[in-house]
Amino acid sequence: MKEFATLISALDSTNKTGLKQEAIINFLDTAPDEDKLWFLALFTGKRPRRKVSTALMKQWAMEISGIPEWLFRESYSSVGDLGETISLVLPEPVHSRDQSLALWMQQIIALDKKTEEEKKQFVLDAWQRLDHTQRFIFNKLLGGSFRVGIAAKGLINAIATYYKLEANVVAHTLMGDWQLEGVTFDALIRGEYIESHRSRPYPFCLAYALDKELPELGAVTDWQAEYKWDGIRAQLIKREGEVFIWSRGEELITDQFPEIRDTLLQWEGNFVMDGELLVFRENVVQNFSELQKRLNRKNLSRKMLEEFPVVLFAYDLLEWETEDWRQKPLWERRRKLETLCAAHSDYTIQLSPVVPLADWQELPGIRERARELNSEGIMLKHKHSPYHSGRKRGDWWKWKADPLTLDAVLIYAQKGSGRRSGYYTDYTFAVKSGDELVTIAKAYSGLTDKEIQEVSRFVNNNAIEKFGPVRTVKPELVFELAFEGISLSSRHKSGVALRFPRILRWRRDKTVKDIDDIEDIKQLIQ
Amino acid sequence: MSDQIPGILPSSLLRFRPEGIYCVPGDFYIDPWLPVKRAVITHGHSDHARWGMGHYLCHILSVPVLKIRLGEEISVQGMAYGETIDINGVKVSLHPAGHIIGSAQVRMEYKGRVAVASGDYKVQDDGLSTPIEIVRCHEFVTESTFALPIYNWTPVAQQQEQMRNWVLQNREKGKISVFVGYALGKAQRIMRALEGLGTLKVHYAIARLNQAYAMAGVALPEYEVLDVETEKPLAEDIVIVPPALVDSNLLRKIPNRAEAICSGWMQVRGARRWRAADAGFAISDHADWQGLLDVIKGTGAEQVYVTHGQTAVFEKYLNEIGIQAAAVTTKFGEEETPGTPATDH
Repeated sequence: MKEFATLISALDSTNKTGLKQEAIINFLDTAPDEDKLWFLALFTGKRPRRKVSTALMKQWAMEISGIPEWLFRESYSSVGDLGETISLVLPEPVHSRDQSLALWMQQIIALDKKTEEEKKQFVLDAWQRLDHTQRFIFNKLLGGSFRVGIAAKGLINAIATYYKLEANVVAHTLMGDWQLEGVTFDALIRGEYIESHRSRPYPFCLAYALDKELPELGAVTDWQAEYKWDGIRAQLIKREGEVFIWSRGEELITDQFPEIRDTLLQWEGNFVMDGELLVFRENVVQNFSELQKRLNRKNLSRKMLEEFPVVLFAYDLLEWETEDWRQKPLWERRRKLETLCAAHSDYTIQLSPVVPLADWQELPGIRERARELNSEGIMLKHKHSPYHSGRKRGDWWKWKADPLTLDAVLIYAQKGSGRRSGYYTDYTFAVKSGDELVTIAKAYSGLTDKEIQEVSRFVNNNAIEKFGPVRTVKPELVFELAFEGISLSSRHKSGVALRFPRILRWRRDKTVKDIDDIEDIKQLIQ
Repeated sequence: MSDQIPGILPSSLLRFRPEGIYCVPGDFYIDPWLPVKRAVITHGHSDHARWGMGHYLCHILSVPVLKIRLGEEISVQGMAYGETIDINGVKVSLHPAGHIIGSAQVRMEYKGRVAVASGDYKVQDDGLSTPIEIVRCHEFVTESTFALPIYNWTPVAQQQEQMRNWVLQNREKGKISVFVGYALGKAQRIMRALEGLGTLKVHYAIARLNQAYAMAGVALPEYEVLDVETEKPLAEDIVIVPPALVDSNLLRKIPNRAEAICSGWMQVRGARRWRAADAGFAISDHADWQGLLDVIKGTGAEQVYVTHGQTAVFEKYLNEIGIQAAAVTTKFGEEETPGTPATDH
């Protein structure tokens, strides 16, 4: 496992893409094939379920190191990660013998059939053999919570570069529904298994945020403008009488949308579509918060389905009768998509309308009014563009409507985890409610490292109360929060829920007297 | 602020005053942070040896450091380890603390009662500082910078090997190794670890303190002063700079560099990632968890005062294992800001 440990440490210790690539290539160069395969499996979330509860691991670690529970908790709050805390409090390893990641995984999977005493024996023995980094990785693998610190794109590019393959093929394979059994690393990355999987999705084509003036894009007639919908981006696959719905998070969500699945089953032909799942009522796209109400439910009741009816707004056609259409120009794909939708004219599956545009000058006004339609803004797609794999600059742009903003004061702070475990990075904000303060949102991002250090110092010096890891601070620091949407909510004390709240900037020019009042904020709800 | 805090025996020789740690019968302060007439200094780091004292008493090897830092004109007296002087009837002697060159624990004896203020200390022998001597006493003042069971240092030889391997790996990739460590103590340990591996190019601030080592007769590896204005470091060079230089223009002038931070905080992955250095070596001049416990138990002290670092945690733990302890607030280090390697002096 030492090659794997080296890789994980290297990925950890840099945020430079080039160095991450270097680390992966070094790993591909040195690790055994079976470990490479496991690396891909872990990366794509094919990790075994938790075999030993974290409570037990913690208990055994306390036993061996002889420290009381409160001290373990203090250590944990300093480290920010349970697996790492355990690896650090244990005594130095007494003997070391390297064994492959694959063998470790095999042994971990075999724990299922073992008694608790046998599990303990195995874990304690492993802890005695592994150094800190490997122990940490082992603990994460055991606890079923292992994550790899690299973006899919970076990994795919590194593999493609090293083996001189097309990035597309690698991406396609990795995102597909492959299993570890009976697979070899080499055949996998060369795409030899993907044909047998009817469910395989394509990588989504993503857009960059528009960073130039509209006229710089060229003739307006070369572009297709659409609304950017705020639902769930999905890929819908119908092949050989079966339907699969994938989310952008590479999750199969077919069962969460029975109405879409059943409609597609009625449709003729084999195809792959790209679109957005939205709650749609009385011919109006509803706020994302409506869609949220029916997501991730174990049982979707009939009442749920009636109350929150979902439709698909189709964007694009990727495959038609087993032919990959992604390299065809957008206008051709769109024409086919229009024919396909027209042939069925189902309410449940509709075309995402194209915004008619005669002149670039019309677009800013349309974008400003996008929110009234519960749209996030505008998408611009070049009519000759292929359907790219992932993000590619130039052909697709997103031009989001300006976010909504409000001024709020920091009232609670909590230390972050991972890279930010030493600093207060998780904040809760409040706005005015008459003479009082009421919690409005939590936000984790938006400040620079330097600002986080400054806020942490403020929290250290101005903490009023301590509830576990949370500090109540003097309401003094004012921040401008941006958010994408707002809706009434009975679950929140303030009575409203914000969508995607984040810190836009620190308003050092403002004091707690200048923050917004909840009644004014409610006026933003449509 | 009252100079009496809960848990401190009335018979104690020490009081914790706004100016610093005060020896009552001796009428002097140890490492005070406000100007006082008479100060005994444990070591030369800037949070322990401050400006404006009427008179300084410290170990002879700390005298050059104090003069370099605070000015030639200060009134300072040096003492050897184990030598005893009388201050207002208190027998005062200095004993090695193993922290940095000239670092000392201050032993105070008055009418049969012994108190020791240890400043900063470590148990590991770094090969440069005189190794710590454990001094039996009734009252012991301890630091607590790394007083959590997650902090356990690897042996010095192993640390050195890891650093040397890292330099060689970088060289293979055509990169110049840059080490970041505190200018007094850490930088010299880094130099010692990398001796013979290439030309050591140290920042001016480090070179200045290297002179203190030379004056004290402690041999350091050969080095050159880094001057990126006139020359670019060569492939075989190893650069050593103090923490203030991280993210500086000076470092940016070194193309193809790989940066390593040497600090006890680097033990934790989160801290390493936060710093986003290419490598982090958990090397510290402070005692680790086991080191702190070994020293405290070794003193046999019936009363322990816990200063700078994990004061609340360590106070609680010591009391739980049957050692009477009280946390006291000082201005040493910087409280509750882990992840800031600059405080690992």
